[in-house]
Amino acid sequence: MVKLEQLAIELPGFSLGRIDLTVKPGECFVLLGPTGSGKTLTLEAIAGILPISQGRIRINGIDVTRLPPEKRGIGIVYQDFALFPHLSVIDNINYGLRYCKKTNRPSGKRIAELMAHTGIDHLARRDVNTLSGGEKQRVALVRALSVNPSVLLLDEPLSALDRGIRYEIQKLLKSLHQETGTTFLMVTHDFTEAIFLGQRAAILNNGRIEQTGPLIDILRHPKSPFVAKFVGIPNVFPARFKNNRAEMDGFALKLEQKPADASTHIAIRPEDICLHPSSTLDADTNVLIGKISDMADYGPYGEVTVQTPAATFKATLPRREMLALYHSQPGEVFLQIPPDGVHTF
Amino acid sequence: MRRIRQYRDPLFWISLFSCAAVSAFILLPLLQMLCEPTWQGLCEAMADKTVRRAIGLSLYSAGWAALISFVIGTPFAYLLARKSFSGKRIIEGIVDLPIMIPHPIIGIAILGLTGSEHWIGRLIQEAGIRIMGTVTGIIVVLTFVGLPFYINTVKNGFEAVPVRLENVSRSMGASFTGTFFRITFPLAWRSMLVGLILCAARAISEFGAVIIVAYHPMVAPVLIYERFTAYGLEYSQPVAVVLILVCLVLFVALRIVSTAKGPAGAGMSKTKFSA
Repeated sequence: MVKLEQLAIELPGFSLGRIDLTVKPGECFVLLGPTGSGKTLTLEAIAGILPISQGRIRINGIDVTRLPPEKRGIGIVYQDFALFPHLSVIDNINYGLRYCKKTNRPSGKRIAELMAHTGIDHLARRDVNTLSGGEKQRVALVRALSVNPSVLLLDEPLSALDRGIRYEIQKLLKSLHQETGTTFLMVTHDFTEAIFLGQRAAILNNGRIEQTGPLIDILRHPKSPFVAKFVGIPNVFPARFKNNRAEMDGFALKLEQKPADASTHIAIRPEDICLHPSSTLDADTNVLIGKISDMADYGPYGEVTVQTPAATFKATLPRREMLALYHSQPGEVFLQIPPDGVHTF
Repeated sequence: MRRIRQYRDPLFWISLFSCAAVSAFILLPLLQMLCEPTWQGLCEAMADKTVRRAIGLSLYSAGWAALISFVIGTPFAYLLARKSFSGKRIIEGIVDLPIMIPHPIIGIAILGLTGSEHWIGRLIQEAGIRIMGTVTGIIVVLTFVGLPFYINTVKNGFEAVPVRLENVSRSMGASFTGTFFRITFPLAWRSMLVGLILCAARAISEFGAVIIVAYHPMVAPVLIYERFTAYGLEYSQPVAVVLILVCLVLFVALRIVSTAKGPAGAGMSKTKFSA
């Protein structure tokens, strides 16, 4: 378990804090945020590489705030792999074994199992400089896990890999997490990676935590405009609320239920908006009329921008539907937004 | 096609001219000097005990200067490469000072500090250490002028080792010292060797500061100067040629060792030299 209590870091031009965070034992927790939000700093503070200005860090209940990195029992994997270039694959993997306590030292069989699991058993004698990106990341993962860390810190482990390899390593990370039961704390700016691997997450913005919770909750129920945009909701509007109704500048929408008193915004996921050339006149659905101003083809799906008299909406459609809409060239389209697709915060 | 276009580019011809001019500027005087002495003159110079002793003393004192620079300069270079602190630029400027100051001034400054007029000088003398006119004095002066070359080179070498490698090593249980010897040193030792070469080369060629602190015992540059002032060009050239040849053999050998292909990724092929 990792527990951060009022963690603060002061650097010239940037401050992080005060962060309270608990990562449960065996969990894969994700720190999400845009570049420069302080994710890597938090990770390095937990690792003991970066001095903190305030707060406490506990790992498995032990206060490690003043302990040097080598006494914290953590492993770290960087996006650029950070393999020791003067050592072979097997020497990289065995690097930390001499520092392990006898009780915690993995056997040669365990190392061999890890190497076989990650598919690098045939690379043992290879020079690490001749490996591909995916192979390097596998070596880095086995190396970090070889010392049986209590917590594995992963700093954007997939960002330096190309798309195909990234998916393979994603699956590998998931299976390693399940197999070893090690607590994973991963940093990323990619929400889809986080959803695939993590159970819970914290969203960092400019050195502050905006929201913490299960990833699906964050995805469905963002608590601030920043989080909404970060998890891929482009349709965020300030609103006033009257019972089950949200009133924006120039339009109003029915809600499924009365929002919380402190709510100030609505957010509509782009996949919750249906576009039709004609209205189905469903009384329970919100219907707005607009004109298509843009269509972007992203391969498996497309994004359609619709301009209504009051606001601009973005909707995602399966590619086939988007192309049908494109060929029908409708002058106007009907946006159908179900009340349960309007999220308030 | 591409090659023809390259030949038409005026910048290509300017670069070519500049390359030829610089090479000629450096090589012509040296070649002239190397070709000037007769074979007999060279043999006589090599057989001359005074010449052999002076060159030996130059190599010995330069070797000591390089060793001292290694011992005191390595931790300092590591600190400069890895830490940011207020006043770092000032300290880096201070390190570079011996490169900029006219070298006779360095000799005078060292004599002023280590003379009996100064309390530090009195302490040193009470400890039985003599600076004026001794090999110790020569080594002190050579260390003073060679140290910036070592520190700057090694600092660049340490900077070329990604700090993340050290972080990973620490996270795997290695102490700071263990990390230095298992990660940083194997990746930066070539820069240390290059630093030692530069430091020793600078020390061997030092004249201005040495002549103030210790005219005797004579190092090679002082002997060459003495032969030139006392007997003229003809008698100084063979000694100079012998010194150049000895240094050339030594430094080429060290350069080969420092750039030889070691374990993959080791060394500091990307290291920049600022000194």
